[in-house]
Amino acid sequence: MVTAFADPFDALFNLQRALEARTASDWLQNQTTSQGPFPPINVFQRGDDILAIIELPGIDKDQLQIEAKENTIRISGRKVIAYPEGSMHRRERVSGEFDRTLSLPVRLDPDGIRAEYRDGVLALFLPRSERDKPRTIQIS
Amino acid sequence: MDTRQELLVQKKREHETREETTIPARVFLPIADIFESRDALTVILEMPGVEKSNVDVRVEDGVLSVQGRLDLSKYQGLQPLYTEYNIGHYARSFQLSSKIDQTKISAELQDGVLSLNLPKIEEAKPRTIQVK
Repeated sequence: MVTAFADPFDALFNLQRALEARTASDWLQNQTTSQGPFPPINVFQRGDDILAIIELPGIDKDQLQIEAKENTIRISGRKVIAYPEGSMHRRERVSGEFDRTLSLPVRLDPDGIRAEYRDGVLALFLPRSERDKPRTIQIS
Repeated sequence: MDTRQELLVQKKREHETREETTIPARVFLPIADIFESRDALTVILEMPGVEKSNVDVRVEDGVLSVQGRLDLSKYQGLQPLYTEYNIGHYARSFQLSSKIDQTKISAELQDGVLSLNLPKIEEAKPRTIQVK
């Protein structure tokens, strides 16, 4: 049987990507499925709290899932690009699935986590748990 | 084999011009897709974080230039703990062929994705010729 590949290079790159993902995956951990490099994340501190800013242009809000467990945040979803009919002159945007986990070295207040998606940027407000905040000790 | 494709991070390319900028921010090239259909050319640019009011699209001497300014004041007072990408403004320009009707160009920004519709002029559209 002959398997027809639409693009042999695509098939090769996909195979390589899948192999690399296997070696890099921490499948023994049952928390999350994988740790991909997409989307890129910047983490900032604002006061006591943490703010994670993630560039995710062109995502449908329904295709984006955010899960929080203890100090771990999982961002997963799918980026869909609808290509119109006609010829393509340039194709730089990529589409596909992503799944990324972010573990923070601080304790979070899971009920206080807020997510906002605007202009293709996802902002996660991650408040530190009260127990984790530094407190001033009065000298008696 | 797993058919789903994992997304990879695309490194941002910096915008290069002959003139140097006088603003204290970096300018990146937005990622672009260009399609051509029967009656229009579509240019799609990814400019995450840019608001509608900060997009500037203009056509001058047959060159389409797009600029997107990021509101950097949102980042004020934030102390970076861990960073993976750089932020900056976006700029990119394209040489238009004369086939485009420059007065009918329209633009739409949604979720950080700017779609430009560049309709072709009537004479440039493909037509079928009747054989007598």
